[in-house]
Amino acid sequence: MTFENYLLCVLGMGLVTFIPRWIPLAWLSTRDIPEIMKEWLRFIPACILSALVAPAIFLDASTGRFQMLQPRFLAAIPTLFFALKTRSLGGTVIVGMVVYWIMNKLI
Amino acid sequence: MQSTSRISILQGLAAAIPIWIGYIAVGIPFGVLAGKAGLSPLQIALMSVIVFAGSSQFIAVSMMASGASMLPIIITTFFVNLRHLLMSATLALHLRGASRGLLSLFAYGVTDESFAVNLTRFMNGDWDIKRSLVVNHTANVVWIASTIAGGYLGEIIPEGAFGIDYALTAMFISLLVLQLKNNLILITTILSGFLSVIFSLLLPGAWNIVISSMLAASLGVAILAVLQRKRTGAS
Repeated sequence: MTFENYLLCVLGMGLVTFIPRWIPLAWLSTRDIPEIMKEWLRFIPACILSALVAPAIFLDASTGRFQMLQPRFLAAIPTLFFALKTRSLGGTVIVGMVVYWIMNKLI
Repeated sequence: MQSTSRISILQGLAAAIPIWIGYIAVGIPFGVLAGKAGLSPLQIALMSVIVFAGSSQFIAVSMMASGASMLPIIITTFFVNLRHLLMSATLALHLRGASRGLLSLFAYGVTDESFAVNLTRFMNGDWDIKRSLVVNHTANVVWIASTIAGGYLGEIIPEGAFGIDYALTAMFISLLVLQLKNNLILITTILSGFLSVIFSLLLPGAWNIVISSMLAASLGVAILAVLQRKRTGAS
């Protein structure tokens, strides 16, 4: 790919990434949102977070296959427990990293 | 006035720290990979500045490395990042009345990570667009810097040092726990995670995130409607 083509490609990628990020903010923040949509959006955050986390801990990162007995899943158990107990974001991140690091050393 | 704005900047910085750690952990390997695929540090910088979306950047670079042309790369990027539409829609509820210019600046920085952190704070009620812009744009700077650093460093840094590649997963787990406010949300959360695993085995891109969260949220609304009907029917 030439530099000009690369630049065009990246600009295209930037545009198609920005538009979906921008439209709801520009559109919804100035209008009345129907009650049913507000209700629906109340469920979205937790659903998105678990949709992000679940494949990251249940699937093997290199093969993409379902694999439960691996450091990513095993480290998630104490991480989840710590998060439930403390509700501390910073603490949970540090505990998760340390547990995952140790598990990788052991397994 | 001066000191309140300084405090809000500091609060934004504090909220963004877990994202910085995660972006360093993901940004450096991205730079290494992009360097291997033949991209110069300048080209890496351009992509990180213009696109600013981690997983789609990984996919684009691996497509480039295997000789893909422009259009498939752009189309794939669109579908991989379409999930941000849902996130922006959710954030929009908390950003009413902000100016179009600030909203556009904010939109540029909507990522999985900034969405999760900002939304949690907005729902606590102690957040505004100024603080959230600090989160978005410092995260952006860290992302750009670490991807460029990765391009220069090559493989000097050992992979997975100190478990930093688990930082974002741990952050998402923690933010998820904060979202679990009632049993109905818990049910939809479990369903969404289950569907997401199934769909990520079946579908390319990030479709699993979009489809599973939309289906699970719809089920939540449906259950809520049934419960309300029962309650009004009983009274």
